[in-house]
Amino acid sequence: MEPNDQFALSCPIPIAQYPHVLLAHGGGGRLMHQLIGKMFLAVFRNPLLETQHDSTVVPWTGRKLAFTTDSYVVRPLFFPGGDIGSMAVHGTVNDLAMSGARPLYLSAAFIIEEGLPMEMLWKIACSMQQAAERCGVQIITGDTKVVDKGKGDGVFVNTAGIGIVEHDLQITPQNVQPGDAVLVSGDLGRHGMAIMAVREGLQFESAIESDSAPVHEIVRELLKAGIEIHCLRDLTRGGLASALNEIAEAARVRIEIVEKSVPVREDVHAACEMLGLDPLHVACEGRFVAFVAAADADRALSIMRGHALGAESAAIGRVAESSAPLVTLKSAIGASRILDMPSGEQLPRIC
Amino acid sequence: MKYLDEYRDGELAQKIAREVHRATTRPWNIMEVCGGQTHAIVKFGIDELLPKTITLIHGPGCPVCVTPLEIIDQALDIAARPGVIFTSFGDMLRVPGSATDLLSVKAQGGDVRIVYSPLDAVKLAEQNPAREVVFFGVGFETTAPATAMAVYQAAHKQLKNFSLLVSHVLVPPAMEALLSSPNCRIQGFLAAGHVCTVMGFEEYFPVAAKYRVPIVVTGFEPLDILQGVLMVVQQLESGRAGVENQYARAVRREGNQPAQKLIREVFRVIPRKWRGVGEIPQSGLGLSEAYTAFDAGKKFGVAEHHVEEPAECISGLVLQGLKKPHECSAFGTKCTPEHPLGATMVSSEGACAAYYRYRRH
Repeated sequence: MEPNDQFALSCPIPIAQYPHVLLAHGGGGRLMHQLIGKMFLAVFRNPLLETQHDSTVVPWTGRKLAFTTDSYVVRPLFFPGGDIGSMAVHGTVNDLAMSGARPLYLSAAFIIEEGLPMEMLWKIACSMQQAAERCGVQIITGDTKVVDKGKGDGVFVNTAGIGIVEHDLQITPQNVQPGDAVLVSGDLGRHGMAIMAVREGLQFESAIESDSAPVHEIVRELLKAGIEIHCLRDLTRGGLASALNEIAEAARVRIEIVEKSVPVREDVHAACEMLGLDPLHVACEGRFVAFVAAADADRALSIMRGHALGAESAAIGRVAESSAPLVTLKSAIGASRILDMPSGEQLPRIC
Repeated sequence: MKYLDEYRDGELAQKIAREVHRATTRPWNIMEVCGGQTHAIVKFGIDELLPKTITLIHGPGCPVCVTPLEIIDQALDIAARPGVIFTSFGDMLRVPGSATDLLSVKAQGGDVRIVYSPLDAVKLAEQNPAREVVFFGVGFETTAPATAMAVYQAAHKQLKNFSLLVSHVLVPPAMEALLSSPNCRIQGFLAAGHVCTVMGFEEYFPVAAKYRVPIVVTGFEPLDILQGVLMVVQQLESGRAGVENQYARAVRREGNQPAQKLIREVFRVIPRKWRGVGEIPQSGLGLSEAYTAFDAGKKFGVAEHHVEEPAECISGLVLQGLKKPHECSAFGTKCTPEHPLGATMVSSEGACAAYYRYRRH
């Protein structure tokens, strides 16, 4: 049999459905979930990968390390509240923090399009260094590639990160338990709408600024206070709705959210209404959801609110037992409905 | 949010719902015409607040859903051609044609772009004089003026590289088609508020009188819809069949007359096939004689070939309010928003997609 035939026969994504990759396969919704589950997870399968967390914890000579990687392809490269450089540092630091790890080292790889103004690249590099200093991490290795004009989009950045795990909790989606309180670390949807507003030329009274920020310090304080954390998840593409659905599926629980208690800024809400988007589907770059033991919920919330980057933290719901994984939302008028994962892309290329 | 949260107030919603309960003595079937209203009803759970004896029938007011397969196939044909920039509203990109969809055409190299206004497509035509820019205009009377303005401006600017693939449809003829069907169960209508913002509501008086149905022009927020239902029920219970305006903060009786004038200037009324429903006389807009130069169908020589819908899809019955989405055997199994069999599962305003998103259990 020809190698091509072999691949065609065994490709786990039915060719008839998607013979080509769509943008939606990277949108953070159901299609991306299927692509990862059916293709990458299936072919790379191993117990560490199967935790499917933002970063993976690996045992290392009596200690535990967390390891992660993320690529950044945001357009425009500079946006209100941040740029691709600082975002590439924050995003990877946040992925490490979601395992409760203390971020230590980052790599930085650049795929640069021929013709990018040198000045712009310099600004991005400086922004990365500033962000790294703020997060207490060092960029210790890297790679540079240049591609033909028209074959990239200015610059793509990849960062990988290593952190050290200094706690004995098991912070994974699988560890979420009935009774857990659900907390978010601030208002939702600001990064996605900041990008969208720039790209679509939407004018508001004041610009919506991205929420891009590192959250590892808030996590460190939760750990220091001995909060019983069961899971943490960075709210990036697909927003809160995707994160909750992935976690409900991993833990086989029902997550119940109260719409009114979810913090969304008024300008973000207005922009979402105009564009027909649900703020719960829109990406953040400096927000996480925490599942903590009910007894620790009030204490955890006051710690999160005590931090400048978590001032708008809120308790938004709880976890219940269920025969099938489900996320429900109590609507503004008091009726209950499903909160589904978005199906494809909400906004193209926002991170 | 100002002007929005007021219309989503939980306590007020319960209060109006209690009034509906008090007013209702018999079962009533009420159709909300517009897909935006269907979406709000299912998203906020508005029907859960109503008496069990009131059935909300979801109407055909989803422009993406009723765009016929033949025109979507034409769109796919044009969009795949080299030298073309094909533009439309985001929702149209995932609608399945008979073989593929616009997103897949894009993935294979077609230049397919989402625009938020038809005028952006005109701008694209000005910026790209060497390319053919096509706008796929769909929607009811609500979006027709913007499409008309795009064509009008393109004519004014003498743009030779802009054209329109048009599938605009009109609401009142569709309401009449539903009412004159022998299977009709509709006893009252919530008319689509935004359509009336443009067209006013004069044209509903003869419909209400001829078929003895109350018609209430209704907005899109939970309190609007609850109040619209209350007004229809009050008419039904007292044996009246008039036209009333719940959405007075946006709708005037005569509508937006400059917008209507522009529609009349650029378009003419033609018979139009509605996906899942069939041909309805005088229910569509085509380019008028003076603007045929902007007809993308003619420019690219794409003919309308008759195509069959997948046999399993009951979207036609759903669009006519004869079946609920979950009564379909393919619902949520063979047919999902990722793999839609029919357009009602694709559009955010489609009844099947709303049920899938918010009601799957």
